[in-house]
Amino acid sequence: MNSSNILSVTTFVYGLSAFLYILSWVFKKQAPGKLALWTTVFGLAGNTAGIILRWIESYQLGIGHAPLSNLYESLVFFSWTIVVIYLFVEKKYKNRTIGAFVAPLAFFAIAYASLSPNISDRIQPLIPALKSNWLIAHVITCFIGYAAFAIAFGISWMYLLKKKDKEGKSQLLDRFPSANMLEELTHQMVMFGFLFLSVGIITGAVWANSAWGRYWGWDPKETWSLITWFVYATLLHAKMMRGWHGKRIAYLSIIGFAAVLFTYFGVNLLPGLHSYGAMGQ
Amino acid sequence: MIKKETSALNRIWKFFTSVRLTVILLLSLAATSIIGTIIPQSGTSSEYFHKYGEFWYKFLSFFDSIFDIFDMYHSWWFQILLLLLTINVVVCSIDRFSATLKIIFIKVPPFNVERFRRMKSKKEFSDNRTPDQLERIYKPLISKGFGYTRVEERENGFCLFAEKWRWTRLGVYVVHLSIIFMLLGGLIGSIFGFEGFVNIPEGESTKSIRLRNTAKEHILNFEIKCEDFDISFYDTGAPKEYRSSLTIIENTKPVIKKDIIVNDPLRYKGINIFQSSYGTLPPEEVTLSFTSRETGMEYKEKAAVNRPVDIPEDLGTFTIKDYRSSAGFKGHNIGEAFIGVLESKTGNNTNILLPLRFPSFDKMRRGDVVIAVASHNHIYYTGLQVTKDPGVWVVYSGFILIIVGCFITFFMSHQRLCVEVSKSGDKSLVMVAGRSSKNKMGMQRKVGIISEKLAKLK
Ligand code: HEM
Repeated sequence: MNSSNILSVTTFVYGLSAFLYILSWVFKKQAPGKLALWTTVFGLAGNTAGIILRWIESYQLGIGHAPLSNLYESLVFFSWTIVVIYLFVEKKYKNRTIGAFVAPLAFFAIAYASLSPNISDRIQPLIPALKSNWLIAHVITCFIGYAAFAIAFGISWMYLLKKKDKEGKSQLLDRFPSANMLEELTHQMVMFGFLFLSVGIITGAVWANSAWGRYWGWDPKETWSLITWFVYATLLHAKMMRGWHGKRIAYLSIIGFAAVLFTYFGVNLLPGLHSYGAMGQ
Repeated sequence: MIKKETSALNRIWKFFTSVRLTVILLLSLAATSIIGTIIPQSGTSSEYFHKYGEFWYKFLSFFDSIFDIFDMYHSWWFQILLLLLTINVVVCSIDRFSATLKIIFIKVPPFNVERFRRMKSKKEFSDNRTPDQLERIYKPLISKGFGYTRVEERENGFCLFAEKWRWTRLGVYVVHLSIIFMLLGGLIGSIFGFEGFVNIPEGESTKSIRLRNTAKEHILNFEIKCEDFDISFYDTGAPKEYRSSLTIIENTKPVIKKDIIVNDPLRYKGINIFQSSYGTLPPEEVTLSFTSRETGMEYKEKAAVNRPVDIPEDLGTFTIKDYRSSAGFKGHNIGEAFIGVLESKTGNNTNILLPLRFPSFDKMRRGDVVIAVASHNHIYYTGLQVTKDPGVWVVYSGFILIIVGCFITFFMSHQRLCVEVSKSGDKSLVMVAGRSSKNKMGMQRKVGIISEKLAKLK
């Protein structure tokens, strides 16, 4: 069994866990909720094993490097961080309905990696520009930030749904945490994400400086990470403006995550005159 | 008295203390930054013309002439947005700083019991012991978790105040200061630094580099010599490592030798030299092989560009005309190649392509003689990025400040706790309440935990 197999299995386990979380939310059942939790933990074990095994395999191929070097590996790590942070939130806030909105995100990330025909799961050697410890620090911190924003995104939708139902009629929404708590949780996740995104941008800048002699070059990927950072900085300040509580914060958190996704996937669609990095990709 | 409200300076000051302005500026920066990721930046006119066609090129050029959209991150209006944000953050921080200092540097922190009593999240329980007994066992526990504790005696009991991390209120100023550091460092770099590049063939040295933005020449205080350049590949054909052996020569004396690779530059006297690209120079002399079709004999002759070579057996005269680092053949890139002319005895001229990678290429021509490059000495040149940025340490200080500042601001808060104990009959009534400058839910949980601990305390 190689790492790709394990990660394919993990994909299905995460799919099952997302399904169980939604089931337990919709039917207000404890049993599927408990099962969902244990499925997720099982999936996380597979996810972790897959990452470690892939690391070992790269050494066996003689091109050893941390499994954080391409789209496939980063997506696998992305869903790992989403699940880890989510499990922490579930334990701390003791509410499983959040899982119905977050577990699918972890599933989508790893499913995209495993199932998309455009994403190769081959272990590739590192090109010279990627041979840097800063790269590892950069990828890890960025993806912790992205994962926190992903969870904030899920919770923001819950907040908006909850607010839509003013009289509290809906049974489904009744099981959500209170609106206040959802708002507070969004804020917590955004703060956590903002710190890690900042560190991610910084380690990226230090890496660029050690590889190309400039810490900032306004290339589209850099610029989009800065745009994302501006959106979340706006959110942090908007909370201090009168009348900017609640819904608008939730909208900002959703826009922020859209910017995250664009930084991650969309930038490759943008036109360019120069290829990135003189001897780069 | 001076009428404060109406003075113009004051109005400007007020304008810049507004967080609404911050939100507007941050959103404007986010929105306008998108432009430069859609329209490629800093291209040449012909690149834009090629990309957009005549009409759109003219249209965009018109905008460029006013708004610098082809180099928008250095445009006047983008710089103004950044400047406004800087003024905004400076003014806003100064405006609040003295008030924060007053809160922080206070000898005896004030506590208002009423405010704690009014809190919804307070916890209450009763205990069989007397307030005096409780005071003795509560105090050590509370002072363990908090930096400052104070007990106020009351007629029928006591009130224990505790607090910690008052100074974390400064965290947000650290964050804002870090923004100033980063912008200032960027400014220093753009004024006093430069970014240039130079290609140096193996074995040669130079003092002169070309600046990236202006393409002007810049003379360094020392010479860079490229002793050697090496490139290695993985089995897959992907590049594995580019390595240049460099020597820095100052006043004709070598002062530093270092092999640089991508991600491991050479730094000397504030100037950084990075491995950035490479290429090959035309070999000065090559050995050609001529194989006669009639006799099957192979002859080797040394040759150079524009130096005719007479081929034995009267097969004609061959002259190398040109070298291409990447030649094309039927739409394919066939890599490095020589281009030459074969003049037969009868005076016919034939153009001949000699790709280095495919020695038997010329067989395809089916001529009287097959020409190939038998050996050549390869000369690489290394492409170096040469930069100087005296602002980089200011920027890096900003990096450290923002990490530390954000950590303090997000995960630490000024926490205050009040434990009030009053006699009620032969029992004691205990109230525990807490407030914090951030993360109210966290503080609520903490109050719950503390009150449970106190209730169980023997
Ligand atoms: C890119 C620029 C900026 C960044 C990254 C930044 C970052 C931050 C952060 C992380 C916080 C803490 C938020 C929280 O407690 O959740 C904060 C608070 C604050 N910021 Fe900024 N800020 C920036 C610009 C500004 C500007 C221009 C102003 C000017 C008005 C400003 C005013 C404030 C104020 C008043 C607070 C609240 C302080 C308090 O809690 O007492 N910020 N900022």
